[in-house]
Amino acid sequence: MADWQPLRFMQAPGPKAGRMRFSVYRFDPEGDAGPGTQEYVLDDLTPDMMLLDALLRIKEQDETLGFRRSCGEGVCGSDAMNINGRNGLACITRLGELVEPVKLRPLPGIPVIRDLIVDMDNFYRQYREVEPWLQAREAQPEVERFQLPEERERLDGLYECILCGCCSAACPSYWWNPDRFLGPAALLQAARFIEDSRDEACDKRLDQLDDAYKLFRCHSIMNCVDVCPKGLNPTEAIERIRKRMLRNST
Amino acid sequence: MRPERRRFDALVIGAGGGGLRAALQLANAEATVAVVSKVFPTRSHTVAAQGGVNASLANVLPDNWHWHMFDTIKGSDYLGDQDAIEYMCRAAPKAVYELEHFGVPFSRLENGRIYQRAFGGQSQHFGGEQAARTCAAADRTGHAILHSLYQQNIRARTHFFDEHFALDLLRDESGRVLGALVFDIATGESVVIEAKVTLLATGGAAQVYRTNTNALINTGDGMAMALRAGVPLQDMEFVQFHPTGIAGKGMLITEGVRGEGGYLVNGEGERFMERYAPNARDLASRDVVSRAIVTEIREGRGCGPRRDHVLLKLDHLGEALINRRLPAIRETARTFVNADPVRDPIPVFPTAHYTMGGIPTNRHGQVVAPTADAPEEPVEGLYAVGECACVSVHGANRLGGNSLLDIVVFGRAAANHMIDYLAEHRYHRPLPEAAVEGPRARLDRWDEARGEASVPELRRELQRTMEEYAGVFREQESLDEGVARVRAIREQLELAAIGDHSRVFNTARVEALELVNLADVALAVVTSAAARRESRGAHSRVDHPDRDDARWLKHSLFSLAEGMDYKPVRIKPLTVDSFPPKERTY
Repeated sequence: MADWQPLRFMQAPGPKAGRMRFSVYRFDPEGDAGPGTQEYVLDDLTPDMMLLDALLRIKEQDETLGFRRSCGEGVCGSDAMNINGRNGLACITRLGELVEPVKLRPLPGIPVIRDLIVDMDNFYRQYREVEPWLQAREAQPEVERFQLPEERERLDGLYECILCGCCSAACPSYWWNPDRFLGPAALLQAARFIEDSRDEACDKRLDQLDDAYKLFRCHSIMNCVDVCPKGLNPTEAIERIRKRMLRNST
Repeated sequence: MRPERRRFDALVIGAGGGGLRAALQLANAEATVAVVSKVFPTRSHTVAAQGGVNASLANVLPDNWHWHMFDTIKGSDYLGDQDAIEYMCRAAPKAVYELEHFGVPFSRLENGRIYQRAFGGQSQHFGGEQAARTCAAADRTGHAILHSLYQQNIRARTHFFDEHFALDLLRDESGRVLGALVFDIATGESVVIEAKVTLLATGGAAQVYRTNTNALINTGDGMAMALRAGVPLQDMEFVQFHPTGIAGKGMLITEGVRGEGGYLVNGEGERFMERYAPNARDLASRDVVSRAIVTEIREGRGCGPRRDHVLLKLDHLGEALINRRLPAIRETARTFVNADPVRDPIPVFPTAHYTMGGIPTNRHGQVVAPTADAPEEPVEGLYAVGECACVSVHGANRLGGNSLLDIVVFGRAAANHMIDYLAEHRYHRPLPEAAVEGPRARLDRWDEARGEASVPELRRELQRTMEEYAGVFREQESLDEGVARVRAIREQLELAAIGDHSRVFNTARVEALELVNLADVALAVVTSAAARRESRGAHSRVDHPDRDDARWLKHSLFSLAEGMDYKPVRIKPLTVDSFPPKERTY
């Protein structure tokens, strides 16, 4: 086949490529030096590239830089970090939106394991604490349980959470009481099941949350809403739980 | 230092939908289960599946499992095994109802039942009118399923080894699989996990291509572990290129967009799919649509200043429908191409997406390999499910919506068979010390500096090589060149070094181990593709443009030691008549 040539998509010439500076938090738990920051400079970046693209290029230059990443499209929740003072996902943060030097720090208020990698154990423990699984005692039908579209709509804005941790790590109440306040992410999960018409453990769930710390440390500061990369609203979800508690108690 | 030893009844490697569905079944049967995952479970790539899961619930249009079976066999270009396909399509409704009972927040119809949408390659009455068989949770079905399965596993108290990387299977002298050597990424410490039975559920390997829809973690680890254990990989030449990845970037745009009424246009504004698939048009099988797009572009009818992509139009669907049924697509398009699909079309290009081939299994999930006596002898103690496996329900081309189905149906089936296996094998077999040495050396090797070759450079070269020499359209000369290049990359990898020898969260070492796996899988893909001299499903040879059932209606088997071998397709279903191969048009 003389006319046969491999074909590949070539990116159309985009906005002008340029140089950017990054200031990245470094911590090597095995080394003697304490935490610090390291400067990196990258060339040929375009404003429509994502921060994760830049981090992957830094990683090619410096294999010792540690960060988590996987899907690259904002659905797995691996690459949450503090970007110029604000929590977000590197893979859906456009370079063009960032002022320089781009300051990259681990999620605040959570123990650091290494560089941009934090220890999420407490966060996951709190997720498990709200018993995030559907609880139904009635015998299961041989087909699906019915749920009306308007009942299903009550889960919109709740079920989409990707457990990235941006919200809890942005919450001053969580910073103060990470062991006792469940934090916005776990409470959003609690709301996801409390609001589900198929769940039969609503009262038990409300009782478990009726505690001075677990839920009521939320002071509606709304940092969680501000940073959620999926556009979810944990503050409103917590408010919904409170209202139900109130209704139950009267 | 000797690694820590842990003992479980069952070991599941991989925490995507297949692994978690199996783990749940095992845990519910009171087996002790360890799930090893190199990422926290909800970050597994099942989370990114969008459009939905197929089952003939007939909630929207008339349907039954037999039509689903026909569509799947035709979609597979007759390379799928008809016993496994019958099993899967019959089990589908029950599998989906189970997911609903687990808590999956499916979208709903006015009558409260699960919403179903049209998807590619679906028909009523064995090739008639379009069917609506894909059960969806908006366009986040994979997320909804993965999170629900993880939640159920928390309830069932499954034991998770999060952020642990599996190095290799452990086998005794007879070849029986006795567990795996893994290491804790956070500490660098190795752990021997002994198990009476082991399941590989490590997902796909589209990271062998430069532009792909896959997560960075999709590096074919389980496939490569099987190869190293002497198990061949089946039908690896069949790699699905999804018609609608975002051009140049690769993010997936679900087929559900076309299922909801979106369509493709070329640079002349023409709905070109009408010429390639007069009946199904934009909902033809993925291989057909991907070839059509590449052909349009080759013939100069692409879009944009370089005429190098086509456009996916959905603005006519209206903002309300897009927000209700395709919200994540709207988000993705806004983020990655700065286009709002409510007004603007999305530039798309066929993008490496799914590995139809994999570790050969039977419909119970048992890994099977040829022996001197039989083409399909079970490997004792080893199972595989999902994208890393090849059962084979997808044959030469997978239908959209059948991969989420594959993982839940066969995750469950494999676990049930494993439970029976555990009843017959009540005790752990002794693990010879020597079994751990090889895998241990594969890890320690990266502590030595052997040479100059760098892992990131070799990875880039491998991905470019595969894209250039084993893409949508293939040809002998370039495939042969591809084989030579991949072999050369594997040799250089032997001498590669990494610039980080720390213990704690050493991601450079993880990436090096992943590249070794990717390179083995790439060799399987390109070697199998060079050997198959016909066009079938996703494998399109410009020098052999027709399907050749007389010579090639057979499964490929690639092994590291012996190269290519073949075995027959299982044409006979379980209870119904076989669907003999016929011409495939849409």
